[in-house]
Amino acid sequence: VITNSSIGDRTTRRIGAMTLTVKSDLEIELTRVFDAPRLLVFEAMSKPEHLRRWWGPRGSTMPICEIDFRPGGAWRFVIRKSGGQEYAFRGEFREIVAPERMVQTFEFEGMPGAVSVETMTLSEHDGKTTVMSISRFDSIEARDGMIQSGMEKGAAETYDRLEELLRTLV
Amino acid sequence: MLNHELDAAFAALADPTRRAILARLAEGEATVNELAEPFDLKLPTISKHLKVLQRAGLISQRRTAQRRPCRLETARLKEVADWVERYRRIWEERFGQLDAYLTDLQSREKSRDHEQ
Repeated sequence: VITNSSIGDRTTRRIGAMTLTVKSDLEIELTRVFDAPRLLVFEAMSKPEHLRRWWGPRGSTMPICEIDFRPGGAWRFVIRKSGGQEYAFRGEFREIVAPERMVQTFEFEGMPGAVSVETMTLSEHDGKTTVMSISRFDSIEARDGMIQSGMEKGAAETYDRLEELLRTLV
Repeated sequence: MLNHELDAAFAALADPTRRAILARLAEGEATVNELAEPFDLKLPTISKHLKVLQRAGLISQRRTAQRRPCRLETARLKEVADWVERYRRIWEERFGQLDAYLTDLQSREKSRDHEQ
């Protein structure tokens, strides 16, 4: 049940360490605090030897991780799930300000042309790093690109998430 | 849910007044007058918002009853919620793995420093 107190508030949903906010019809913001210095987090998010260790779903491997890390440079990942299926993703770096900000495009090759733009901002406080990721979807297809890539595990369960959803919307 | 339906639902949800209307309707049916009351908005403005919500399939208005109350259509909201939920799950897993990896990296660094 929705209470009046939630009306008009800028509310977000906290799930464990991650906060998700639906900023408008075509933008989703995620924040997560990591117990590591910013430089290390930035490297983990931009170097292939690190990325292939964490980027894919649990139990997957990343046989291809190509990164031309400079503004205008391309990236391409191929994820292999434990069942052998492969999923490829590509994009381009638009902006790099090490170690605080990077903007890149994201495209699932199974849905070519459906491009979203991800902006990552890293800030450090007391040795911990807050990563804020804003995904901007310029088309409906882009919004669904990542979801339809089959990377999610299992079928989506239907919960009564009405209240939670309303809380995430700003 | 078709893409254009999801799109209409997201567009409808992007407005704070419309979200507040939905929150009010989550408590139960309400007439247009009742919905207008807390917002200090003119009835035609509220009606415009209600039309957007109705077109997006988020609410319905009973035509037969004299009061014509509006009610929440939870099925459509659930579909939107599911989409957000699937997106959330992908990123929660990814960030969870990054977190574990960073912890691992740092403890390896520490033990290396210790050895030297």
